[in-house]
Amino acid sequence: MSTTPLEHDYIGLSESSSVPRSSDKLSYSSSSSSCTEENYTSSNKACLNFKETELRLGLPGSQSPGRKPSHGLSLFGKDIENNNSNSNSNNTNGYAAPSPLKSLVSGAKRGFSDALDGVSRNWGLSINGKPDAELGKGAVLYSPRGGLDDKCKIMKEVDVLPLSPKPVQEKKNQVPALNENEPTSAPAAKAQVVGWPPIRSFRKNTMASNLVKNNDAAEGKSGSGCLYVKVSMDGAPYLRKVDLKIYSNYMELSSALEKMFSCFTIGQCDSHGLPGQDGLSESRLMDLLHGSEYVLTYEDKDGDWMLVGDVPWDMFTETCRRLRIMKGSEAIGLAPRAMEKCKNRT
Amino acid sequence: MESESKRKKESPNTAELAVTASFPDEVLEIVLSLLTSHRDRSSVSLVCKDWYRAERWSRTQVFIGNCYSVSPEILTRRFPNIRSVTLKGKPRFSDFNLVPPNWGADIHAWLVAFAAKYPFLEELRLKRMAVSDESLEFLASNFPNFKLLSLLSCDGFSTDGLAAIATHCKNLTELDIQENGIEDSSGSWLSCFPESFTSLEVLNFANLTSEVNTDALERLVSRCKSLKVLKVNKSISLEQLQRLLVRAPQLEELGTGSFLQDLTARPYADLESAFNNCKNIHTLSGLWEAVPLYLPALYNSCANLTFLNLSYTALQSGEFAKLVVHCPRLRRLWVLDTVEDKGLEAVGSNCPLLEELRVFPADPFDEEIIHGVTEEGFVAVSFGCRRLHYVLYFCRQMTNAAVATIVQNCPNFTHFRLCIMTPGLPDYLTNEPMDEAFGAVVKTCSKLQRLSVSGLLTDLTFEYIGKYAKNLETLSVAFAGRSDRGMQCVLEGCPKLRKLEIRDCPFGNEALLSGLEKYESMRSLWMSACNVTMNACRRLAKQMPRLNVEVMKEDGSDDSQADKVYIYRTVAGPRRDAPPSVLTL
Repeated sequence: MSTTPLEHDYIGLSESSSVPRSSDKLSYSSSSSSCTEENYTSSNKACLNFKETELRLGLPGSQSPGRKPSHGLSLFGKDIENNNSNSNSNNTNGYAAPSPLKSLVSGAKRGFSDALDGVSRNWGLSINGKPDAELGKGAVLYSPRGGLDDKCKIMKEVDVLPLSPKPVQEKKNQVPALNENEPTSAPAAKAQVVGWPPIRSFRKNTMASNLVKNNDAAEGKSGSGCLYVKVSMDGAPYLRKVDLKIYSNYMELSSALEKMFSCFTIGQCDSHGLPGQDGLSESRLMDLLHGSEYVLTYEDKDGDWMLVGDVPWDMFTETCRRLRIMKGSEAIGLAPRAMEKCKNRT
Repeated sequence: MESESKRKKESPNTAELAVTASFPDEVLEIVLSLLTSHRDRSSVSLVCKDWYRAERWSRTQVFIGNCYSVSPEILTRRFPNIRSVTLKGKPRFSDFNLVPPNWGADIHAWLVAFAAKYPFLEELRLKRMAVSDESLEFLASNFPNFKLLSLLSCDGFSTDGLAAIATHCKNLTELDIQENGIEDSSGSWLSCFPESFTSLEVLNFANLTSEVNTDALERLVSRCKSLKVLKVNKSISLEQLQRLLVRAPQLEELGTGSFLQDLTARPYADLESAFNNCKNIHTLSGLWEAVPLYLPALYNSCANLTFLNLSYTALQSGEFAKLVVHCPRLRRLWVLDTVEDKGLEAVGSNCPLLEELRVFPADPFDEEIIHGVTEEGFVAVSFGCRRLHYVLYFCRQMTNAAVATIVQNCPNFTHFRLCIMTPGLPDYLTNEPMDEAFGAVVKTCSKLQRLSVSGLLTDLTFEYIGKYAKNLETLSVAFAGRSDRGMQCVLEGCPKLRKLEIRDCPFGNEALLSGLEKYESMRSLWMSACNVTMNACRRLAKQMPRLNVEVMKEDGSDDSQADKVYIYRTVAGPRRDAPPSVLTL
């Protein structure tokens, strides 16, 4: 065993490390490694974010250590509250105003992997709370990816709705490249360490499957914090507004709308249809059309009125301009097409 | 007590007479039957032969921490009247896939022995044992008084085995199936409880996935009037849950099913009132896929909650904070790190009685997303919850200063399990190793029984542990230490050490062999991916015949290296059921 400090050994770089990789990589929860890559490419998303209008987004290597400005003050010994939307800042935790120092710490996290690559084994370069002197170094470490910083400052306050799909794509393109440059970058290495972190298989698999589900839902989402659309219901005296961002599938939206308009809704629906991920199930649609007087429709970007449930949720949230709870009689014309679509899907 | 045994040494006959005259065996047995603690009973049995005899006849419960430390024959020979058995099998690291499959710990031989010697067996609690459907069928058919089955982290069985239990165990009061490697082919097992069956008090199938027949479940819940614990699985919807709650208002522990549903047929109000009607619920879990929309239905129930398990619910900080405001009596809390520091701050502010906190990572394998908790959350909890004594905390960063503050606030830690998820990570502010953090823990928390360390650690951590952790019983170490000295400090220093598990540390033969005498006073030692050689293991095995030294070889590894070593004391001799990958030296 080499005498090098252990912090470099865990990845298995050291030849004497006997952590087996080949067979165990397979036995190791494969869902988690696929999950890792998926997260890596879409890591802009706070994947478990259901309702919060604050999106927590970040770049590879970004992390938000302290959240409270007050803590930040003591940690970094410097007033960081004034640093907002700095071109180098990418801290988007939605709590405290981001700071360049925090981004350095996060950028330095990237540096940690860099360090392991043999670029530098000096811990001083990687994670350091001291300001000024190390600022330069940290910035240097982070600069190859500086391009990302500028484009990816996706924060709640900033209205970048039209621009946001782009950064996501760019990031998607860049991130795999990052991965290639660093064969032993942290995520890949994690997949090699069997049984770490020490979490029971059952829990690991349950969380991994939840994550995949949420990632599917999260991918393609625009970066803005909220997406309010008007909801009108035929016969109701006033309109409502809902934030589509707080729901992750049609079921949630549907139940929320029913709660909202329960005083007006007459029809009752059975709920034994199991909803699919991407849209309404056939039985649900049947319920809506036959059991209830009302049908949920929306106006899309082209100005057309569409039946809610045809397209994947994320596409729906991107194209929906407003919602209308239409009387069933008016929606009959839409029915056959929708039913066919349902049948094709299920 | 002591004087009697002394007298016995001087003149056995008079002493025996004296004891028999003043304390007939029957009385002694009755007195001893009131003793429940296993440790007390062990002590009692060592006093003298009479007491040993009385103790063995009066004992009805036995706890075996390592199923290979003793054999079924030895057990049944010593204790003739056992009604309740707790058995633990595989080393703990098997939970993390570090133990080869078919390693052993099969329950069947034990069941066969029990069928012969303990036909009136009532309770069986198994952890990390290999359990087959045949074994479950055997169990169901051979023990007419069987009441309680608890399986935690076991594997090898399917829902067919559960069907056998449900069908045949007429007196069953408890069926508790947790986090097992179970082959879940269908939920029909639940329908196997006969209509005449009414004795169930505890039913936990939260970790199964298949749908069960909800009508059967409803009927079961209706007729089991003593049902106190009901933990259903994800397939049970909110609507179905409401119907169950209405039929079991006496419930004390509830594990909900999916908390995400389109509540069109049943208004939300019904659900809320069903919860309100269950006034005795003190433990709540499940809440799979909870959407914040329906959480307020729980608010009233939360007032009396002492244990809230949200470890499968990805709640964000805001919605979690809103929930936790309603839980002032909380003593135990399990959450996902999606609640983040802010959520933990809410805990600190609202739960002054908190004693146990476990924070699990929602996404342990991704470093890139900003998620999870930091040292700040932990510190916030420590300020608000001074009674905290059990913590399991998964985080991505930590500082020595934070840990020092935490233990200063909460010096009564008995279980301190800190997992900084990146191996070998130093204090992220000072860049130093985390030695001082764990030093502070062992120096301040004199009652510490269990410790798991992580982060960048030198031998200094282990010097501290050896020097200060005088009550430490279980120590888990991974990716830490610098030299053999580290492990040696622990082996030399911790008098009460029972379980030591080490992985990926630079400890070698010298360290291993320094604990020669120590291992007989411990339950077990696990060392994997360290620097131990086969020869050292052979030497150890030779010198210590009452230890089993088992080596698990990895494919394609160096022949001289002992990749995984598991050493444990035993009176049963080397085991004969090891698979080929496990070498018993």
